This record gives sequence, C-alpha cells and structure tokens, in this order.
Amino acid sequence: MTSLATAPAPPRLALAPPVDLNGHGHYLHWGILQVSVANLVVVAVIAVAFVLALIVPFPRPRGRGGR
Amino acid sequence: MTEQFAGPTQEPVQEPSQEATPGPDSGGWTGALRRRLFEALPPERLLPDTQPAYVASWAYVFGVLTLTAFLTVVATGAVLALKGAAWWHVSGTGHYVNSLHLWSVELFMTFMSVHLIAKFFMAAWRGKRAMTWITGVVALGCSAFTALTGYLIQQNFDSQWIATQAKDGLNSIGVGAYFNTMDFGQMIVWHVALLPLVVSVIVVWHILLVRRRGVVPPLPLPGSAPRHVSETAAEAEVSA
Repeated sequence: MTSLATAPAPPRLALAPPVDLNGHGHYLHWGILQVSVANLVVVAVIAVAFVLALIVPFPRPRGRGGR
Repeated sequence: MTEQFAGPTQEPVQEPSQEATPGPDSGGWTGALRRRLFEALPPERLLPDTQPAYVASWAYVFGVLTLTAFLTVVATGAVLALKGAAWWHVSGTGHYVNSLHLWSVELFMTFMSVHLIAKFFMAAWRGKRAMTWITGVVALGCSAFTALTGYLIQQNFDSQWIATQAKDGLNSIGVGAYFNTMDFGQMIVWHVALLPLVVSVIVVWHILLVRRRGVVPPLPLPGSAPRHVSETAAEAEVSA
C-alpha cells in the first residue's frame, strides 16, 4: 500500500493553471480593509458582468414578432 | 339484424347523483388546497411560453443562470456524496467532478450576486413582490453558509485554517457549542443533508413567487410618467 508520503507526484498536465495556486496568497490593505487579490478579481468580474448586462444589446428572437 | 331480443327489463344506468359531484367549495382540506394552488398558480402562469418585452435584456438572464449553476452544484454534489472521499481525493474522474462542484459553486455565487445587484437597483420588491425579494436574500445567505461548510470538509490545510478562524467568530456569538466548525462529522452532515434541503426549498419557493407575480418591470426613466407596477404575471404580460 502506498502511503501519502511516498506517493508519486502527479504528472504535469498540459492545461496547467495560469497562476501558481500553491504559493502564498496576495493581499491588499487599505487601512482596516484587507482583501485578497483573488477575491478582488472576483468582485471586479461581478461588476464588469453587471455593467455588460446593462449595455450589451440582447439578441432578438427571429420569426416570433419580437417576443 | 333487427333487434328482437326483449329480455328482462334492465334497471336504467344510474347517473352519478349531483350530491356525489364535488361542488366548488367541497373536498375538504385537499380540495381547498387544490383550489388555492390553481388560483395562485394556474398552469399557464406556472409554465409560461411568453414573457413581457422588457425581459429581453441580459440583466434578466442572471436568475436562470443562477438556477442552472445551482442544478449543476446539486448534481455534482450528489455524485460526490455517492462515491465518497476516497474517490474524489484519488481518482482522476473524482478530481474532475470535485472541480466541477467547486467551479459551479463559484459561478452560482457570482451569478446570484449579479442577480441581486440588478434586482436591488430595479427595486424588485415593487408590486407585492416583497416576499420574492426576501426569499432571494435568504437564499443568498443560506447558500453562503452552505459554501462555508463545503470549504470546511475539503480535508486539506485550507479547510483546517477556515475551521479555526470560523470557530473563533462563532464562539464570539455563543453558538460554537451547537455549530462546531472543527467537528468534521457535524459539518459534512450540515453540508450534505441539511443545508442543501433548506436552500432547495427556498429556491423553489422563490421561483414559484416569481411565476405568481411575474418578472418585475424596469423602473421608469427620469421625467417619464409614473408607471403602474403589475402585481401578477398576467398583468405584467399585458402591460408590456
């Protein structure tokens, strides 16, 4: 039985993550506020998705009289 | 062939008496419940095939995106629960399903956040839709709580760190004896059995309320005449 300590390292995948997720996290500080870069990116994505949802035209269905 | 048989006189077939026909107010509690359900949610309102014109906007898409992500979360979570930790930690397929579960949760929370922001700036509680808004907010809170218990049962250093940090916060409000984030057995039952049931019930309730009242119309533009806010799905359909 192979123990976890002696288990072979997983093979390198062709689709490795673009960011090394095994290192320390990166944090930003503003006074008493602290946020990780990862969470800040998620918040930014949410804000961008909201703005795009407001300004990107919605495709009209064809052949149903616009409804 | 001529009918010549004139056998014994048969008793006329008894038509069901009027007394046996259920009246509009009969049927006991099941009849009352049925009438109330059909009144609140007739089939054409429960499963509509048209929507008001203002729904043709990306801002209205995030609700159904949230629901789609939620169904993916439930499906992948059911597979993980059936196969067990020894599978999702070791096998390649287990890793894949585990990742699907994580990323569908990420999308679920992201879509729900955008949905919440859009509905907040739309004042979506207008037109007797307060309970729709409340159930949505409660669904978000319960989902965040479910996500916390999910991170606690990853069985890695990350989950240990989160458990010790959350333990201090929960102890500070006096519930640590009842909800112990460092008790793996308790957390996995909360995550797999209790909280998914709670979230599912609230989500179904929320969707039924949306079907009953219809999708909230957008706010009127500044300077335009105040618009009547529809209070039912049928009214929303007509007013659009």
